[in-house]
Amino acid sequence: MGIKTFCFKKSLWLFHFGGASCNNCDIEILDCLTPRYDVERFGMKLVGSIRHADVLLVNGSINRRDKERLLEIYHQAPKPILVVAIGTCGCTGGIFAEGNTFAGPVDKIIPVDAYIPGCPPKPEAIIAGIVKLLNK
Amino acid sequence: MIFSTIIYFLIFPGLLFASIAGGFLSWFDRKVTAMVQFRKGPPVLQPFYDFLKLLLVKETILPAKGSPVVFMLMPILALVGATLACVFILLPALNITSGFNGDILVIFYLLNIPALAFILGALASGNPLASIGASRELKLIISYELTFLLILAAVIFKAGMRINLQEIIMAQADTSFIGSISGILLFIAAIFCLQAKLGYVPFDIAEAETEINHGSFIEYSGSAYALVILTKYILLFTLPVFIGTLLLGGLSFTGINIVYSLLKILAIVLLLILIRNTNPRLKIHQAMRFFFVWMNLLVIIAITLSIFGR
Ligand code: SF4
Repeated sequence: MGIKTFCFKKSLWLFHFGGASCNNCDIEILDCLTPRYDVERFGMKLVGSIRHADVLLVNGSINRRDKERLLEIYHQAPKPILVVAIGTCGCTGGIFAEGNTFAGPVDKIIPVDAYIPGCPPKPEAIIAGIVKLLNK
Repeated sequence: MIFSTIIYFLIFPGLLFASIAGGFLSWFDRKVTAMVQFRKGPPVLQPFYDFLKLLLVKETILPAKGSPVVFMLMPILALVGATLACVFILLPALNITSGFNGDILVIFYLLNIPALAFILGALASGNPLASIGASRELKLIISYELTFLLILAAVIFKAGMRINLQEIIMAQADTSFIGSISGILLFIAAIFCLQAKLGYVPFDIAEAETEINHGSFIEYSGSAYALVILTKYILLFTLPVFIGTLLLGGLSFTGINIVYSLLKILAIVLLLILIRNTNPRLKIHQAMRFFFVWMNLLVIIAITLSIFGR
């Protein structure tokens, strides 16, 4: 593993994109930052601007309006960027898949590097998903 | 002569040394923050991973609307300003050279360069949130700079009207300035100025992360942002050393004094971190009032006290 990949894997900065989410996944993502799970141990931290991000966390079902935003955010991000679809909504669409305004799932819009299913996934599952992504 | 100047600037006590020391202080900051919040915190080398990742791996995006040249030049200018200030502070503080007459004023202006450069860079990025951040930063500078200047004036007065850092250190040979009432007042005001200069809570108004998404730095990515965080590391090292030199009797690196000097810097940084972790963010007008009224008052009281020799 070269120094570049090593540094990249050691310092992932997360940017959180919430689509038409029921807010449960968002809260589980924030749970990962709380003292109990503390992903800062692995050098991850939440950033407020997409220009600083290395990982784009997408959760919630993506409807037609979100789709434009998601594409815009993705194109604004400095490459390399990893995309993680969180929750059943992000992975497949779940119960919203047949909805009228549904435009997702996420991997139809932008390339996705990891899927973390669950409604909502537990923080342990999210961390496990990111660890799998790092070992890929 | 030229050769040693280059060494001073690039290696010790300049760029390389200051970045490594600042990187460790930045880790110290994150670790203590984590401990205050009952977390574990990042590994020791985390600031260096962050820096290298931004420098080597990430793409640098230039603003489409705005001025790419100014946008890219400003982090470099900020880095140069911070490094120069660091060199001018550390050379007398470590007793390598004696500095020159009036260097304390040069340092004062050099310490301003990073903030001004960030403002210009933010305005060149063409992002509305960045310009909000820049205007807040400008207001913040206007408010804390007067206090900082008054603190310098008080220190110069206490040192018997000498404007050379080396002589100020020498004036504190028996008792450092913090040993008097006016010294303590000055120290309190200086800590708050540092807090504002470093952009720490409660004065992180210009880059309020949850409100205007890093404000001035919102458009920076890749290697440009790497330079920004490097500048911040260097400032995190330089400013506590400066205050340590002005009020706590300077540093010395002979024998057991090394431990003592390190503890001084760590204690100042620890104080900054604890203030940062126990306070909410102020609004800009609150911050201005805080400096204009209360801090200036405090420093003026300190100057008056020191006229009476306390
Ligand atoms: S996956 Fe479930 S919990 Fe997550 S946003 Fe969708 S409905 Fe809500």
